[in-house]
Amino acid sequence: MGNMKLLEARQNEIVEEFSMFGDWMEKYEHIIEMGKELNPLVESDKTEDNLIRGCQSRVWLAARKDEVGDVVFSADSDAIITKGLVALMVRVLSGAKPEDIANVDLHFLEDIGLHTHLSPTRSNGLASMVKQMKMYGLVFSVRS
Amino acid sequence: MDGNYDVAAIRREFPILERKVNGFPLVYLDSAASAQKPRTVIETQREYLSHFHSNIHRGVHALATQATEAFEGARETIKGHFNAAENAEIIFTAGATDGINLVAGTWGRANLTASSTVLMTRLEHHSNIVPWQILASEIGFKIEVIEIFPEGTIDLEDYNAKLALAPSLVCFSHVSNTLGTINDAKLLTSLAHDAGAIVMVDGAQAAPHMNVDLQDINCDFYVASGHKMYGPTGIGFLYGKRALLDAMPPWRGGGEMISSVSFDVPTTFNVPPYKFEAGTPHISGAIALGAAIKWMESVGLDNIAAHELALTEYAHEKLLQIEGLRIYGTAEHKAGVVSFLVEGTHPSDLGTLLDQLGVAVRTGHHCTEPLMDWYKIPGTVRASFGAYNTFDEIDALVAALERAIKMLT
Repeated sequence: MGNMKLLEARQNEIVEEFSMFGDWMEKYEHIIEMGKELNPLVESDKTEDNLIRGCQSRVWLAARKDEVGDVVFSADSDAIITKGLVALMVRVLSGAKPEDIANVDLHFLEDIGLHTHLSPTRSNGLASMVKQMKMYGLVFSVRS
Repeated sequence: MDGNYDVAAIRREFPILERKVNGFPLVYLDSAASAQKPRTVIETQREYLSHFHSNIHRGVHALATQATEAFEGARETIKGHFNAAENAEIIFTAGATDGINLVAGTWGRANLTASSTVLMTRLEHHSNIVPWQILASEIGFKIEVIEIFPEGTIDLEDYNAKLALAPSLVCFSHVSNTLGTINDAKLLTSLAHDAGAIVMVDGAQAAPHMNVDLQDINCDFYVASGHKMYGPTGIGFLYGKRALLDAMPPWRGGGEMISSVSFDVPTTFNVPPYKFEAGTPHISGAIALGAAIKWMESVGLDNIAAHELALTEYAHEKLLQIEGLRIYGTAEHKAGVVSFLVEGTHPSDLGTLLDQLGVAVRTGHHCTEPLMDWYKIPGTVRASFGAYNTFDEIDALVAALERAIKMLT
């Protein structure tokens, strides 16, 4: 059984966190900080299979299922702002039930005014990454 | 700094330059991707659509005549400005990419065989690579790459060595969109002709920045995009020498390009340029492109070139004061393009933060992946200049960069 409330709570927490920042540059400083804090992907996970190619930056995404059946994501990017956004995605979706990941309504980027980064025209690989994360959710929920 | 060049007066002709982005006055340093439009271009398009829009070449009524005259007048303007021998040598296309695809699809398909060789430089934009790769995968000819030096200039020794392969076609850009290198189009053309090759020049980045004399260069084909020379998007032109155009088969089939159509006897085709202009063209775009060229002439392309050179030199000097900044493309002859990277930062991060500060630059591989791979970099930040840019804007770029670098490192 899923628990969509968990993902909702995580999204709301991020929205609240960002509401403290006065201007755009502060928001970006925070994103950069999170990018720096995200554990880098181990080199063995930086494979061609895990690579999501954006026009502007590259994103790597790896996923596995833990002992209780939750999906654990790890991710990385060669660009720090993208990496910060990737860290936010991992924070929301990692350690959740696969069916919740597949069905989640991701609204927090829009709420904090960063949804342009998700636009396919931005070509930073983030939109493809979100699609890929949901795909993992779908695949893992079918397999269980 | 550059004499009588009144950049303030020029800026007043571009309404978009008055706007703010993210609360900052717009600093538009992305003219190599697309130049902004002066009032005369906007007004010309509006006037056409408001007063004499009609389909061209076929109507007998007053509007059709007026529209046709304006459309053909634009062709005459292009012919005169670029010094083609006759109007028939100017074919309206959707842009430079479209023109290259036309040459590949007609001249290329008719003249290249499995044993042919096509030369192109490592500097080329994807637009001048991919149409030839697609055709090569069909026909089987060989593509050879002319190497460059690290400063971004063509290695003439390598060029001569590759010309010894007796290529059927040589393709090169007049100006590199990523590095700004101005290639010596006349010299490269003459060497190619000595080797018996046909020459196709991608002039997308040259046309907005300098006077281009096609008969002097003596190339066989030349393409350019209207939107990079202060005109509308979706319009550009292909220049081809008349004898080649006469011999080339048509490309797209449709109205306008025919002489006579029948189900019983073979359909016959119109003469150039109409043979290659199937369907209703981008009439308002062509007319406004004519206005854009007249606008560039009114400022004077030599004046624009001198102003942009001064901006480029100033940008080089200021940017190099930033620690860890490296400029890609340091040829002696450069158009208004400065590509760079800053140690320890990713170009897309710099671009994102510069945008927040109202500075529009381009980041990424600039549709020149083979060139980026050669430098072993993921891309660059590219600032590019137009007639309307100022020294203050370069100072604004440098200040924004310093702030962004501080945040990222």
